[in-house]
Amino acid sequence: MLYLQALINGILMGGIYAVMALGLSLIFGVLNIINLAHGNLMVIGMYLSYLLFVLLGIDPYLSLIAIASFLFLIGYMIQRLILNPILDAPEEMSVLITLGLGMIIQNVLLMAFGPDYFTVDTSYKLNSLMLMGLSIDVTKTFAFGASLIMTGVFFSFLQWTELGRAIRAASNNREAAMLAGINVKKIYCIAFAIGTATVAAAGSCVSTFIPTSQGAGILFTMTSFVVVIIGGVGNYLGALAGGFLIGIVEELGAVLLSGSMKQVVSFGLLIIILLLKPEGLLGRKGEE
Amino acid sequence: MRSRFYIPFLLLLGILFLVAPLYFGGYLLEILIIALWLGYLGSCWNLIGGYAGQISLGHGTFVGLGAYTSTLLFSHLGLTPWVGMFLGAFLAAAIGLFFGFLCFRFRVRGAYFLLITMAMAEIFRLCFEHIDFFGATVGLFLPTIKGPKAGFLYQFEEKWPFYFIILAMTAGLLLVSSIMEHSKIGFYLKAIKGDEDAARCLGVSASRYKLLAMGLSSFFIAFGGTFYAQYRMYIRPDLLMGIHFSVEIVLAPIIGGMGTLLGPVLGAFLLVPLEEVSRLLTDLLKHSLHTKGLIGLHLITYGVALILVVRFMPYGILGLFQRLKERWVR
Repeated sequence: MLYLQALINGILMGGIYAVMALGLSLIFGVLNIINLAHGNLMVIGMYLSYLLFVLLGIDPYLSLIAIASFLFLIGYMIQRLILNPILDAPEEMSVLITLGLGMIIQNVLLMAFGPDYFTVDTSYKLNSLMLMGLSIDVTKTFAFGASLIMTGVFFSFLQWTELGRAIRAASNNREAAMLAGINVKKIYCIAFAIGTATVAAAGSCVSTFIPTSQGAGILFTMTSFVVVIIGGVGNYLGALAGGFLIGIVEELGAVLLSGSMKQVVSFGLLIIILLLKPEGLLGRKGEE
Repeated sequence: MRSRFYIPFLLLLGILFLVAPLYFGGYLLEILIIALWLGYLGSCWNLIGGYAGQISLGHGTFVGLGAYTSTLLFSHLGLTPWVGMFLGAFLAAAIGLFFGFLCFRFRVRGAYFLLITMAMAEIFRLCFEHIDFFGATVGLFLPTIKGPKAGFLYQFEEKWPFYFIILAMTAGLLLVSSIMEHSKIGFYLKAIKGDEDAARCLGVSASRYKLLAMGLSSFFIAFGGTFYAQYRMYIRPDLLMGIHFSVEIVLAPIIGGMGTLLGPVLGAFLLVPLEEVSRLLTDLLKHSLHTKGLIGLHLITYGVALILVVRFMPYGILGLFQRLKERWVR
């Protein structure tokens, strides 16, 4: 029973992990940038949804769209101003830039809000559905539903719009895309912006059940990386599967080990997969 | 760096450092010690991160292993940290070699290496925070020893002995780096950093030399951990093993110049005063504005410095000078 409960929680959490990872996978796959500020951008989304809830009483699931649009602009500017100029530098350099960015975001939030935890107390926060002796958290179910919708939008956008096609082209082969008349630098900005917007939306969702604090960013970043690596870089279906896998593994790990030791399991998994199968569990070898 | 011009300059610098405690006391000496300590850690990191070009974001783990080994051996078995620090260094080197071996054996490079070291560091931190023997999240206090025997146990009541210890450690490490830089190993590492596949084709056993750099780096950096434990008399996993500390180790070499001999120390001597200034500013603003305090200000300045350096001078300050000099000579 305990394991079944963990399984359900894991699946619900997995949906969120998948959305977090989709944005990162896009950035990683298209721009080949390891974005260490990813989790910090998510934390910005959490703070914004907290602020909108407390000041204006807007439900996080409604403010999500506004927050995602706002972070879209911020992501665009980040790529435009600090990442595009160093496109030709070694990849470690862009990692260091995003690391600096993450430090700035975290500590600006620390300055503005202090080290306290903030919770969004929606009216349905403590409700849960009982189903055959298993309790299913309402907020997590909402978050799960929202993440499924976002994943759907994300896929349809990449698959069926002109812009999505251009992004996939730039991700496959930068030079060829340039020759085909695609403004690659602009595509990069848009890809980074979409990645930022999706992760901020994920942040807005989780703010209903994870307390908001500035220190959580690095953990979110690492979790997203675990999911992306497991699914295979640039493999969006893989990210979806990886999200569920990590969600379930972490919840089971929390039952078997102690609560906050669950990350040890996923970090261990990350190391093993990076060593043995860096193209991801679902990836094929030589698929570049 | 080999030209004769530098020798008088280095001698002068050495003398200045030797007489510094006569004129500086208390607060200023503290800043000097911390700057030298960060410079030492940065120089150790520089062996693998700078010379070999393998950027690790997990070196805090080795610092922590050094600190915990010597401290636990001292508080449980009474073994003097002077001996314990060597055991800590061997343990850190063993862990470093283990992860290095795995990474280099499976050809993990660049950003993936960075991710693996980060994950490694987080696993160690989480484990240490959950095991009571290591003091968990509360941390460990070192038992204080007073009297003439204290020196044998790496404990001093005043600051100046610590200053000379860290000065000697830094000087020794710079000597090691300098020897390595000008030896065969240094050139191999430079070749690997430039283009690993090309180096392999020319018959350089890349994995072996990267492993050597990793082993030396994790071995020496562990001494810095023991130093911290003795100086502060208190250690906690998130202080030494958290991602933030690993990042702080990397900052000084990046700003001063990765893969240059004096870059990490120079970087540390720029960063630490910057941190102090922003701390003073924080206190000042806290008293005058009655705000909640600007706790994260120094980390924000670090972040801005990091972005600006990578954006405008990716080879650091000394790297920039070297490039200018090369252009001028040509």
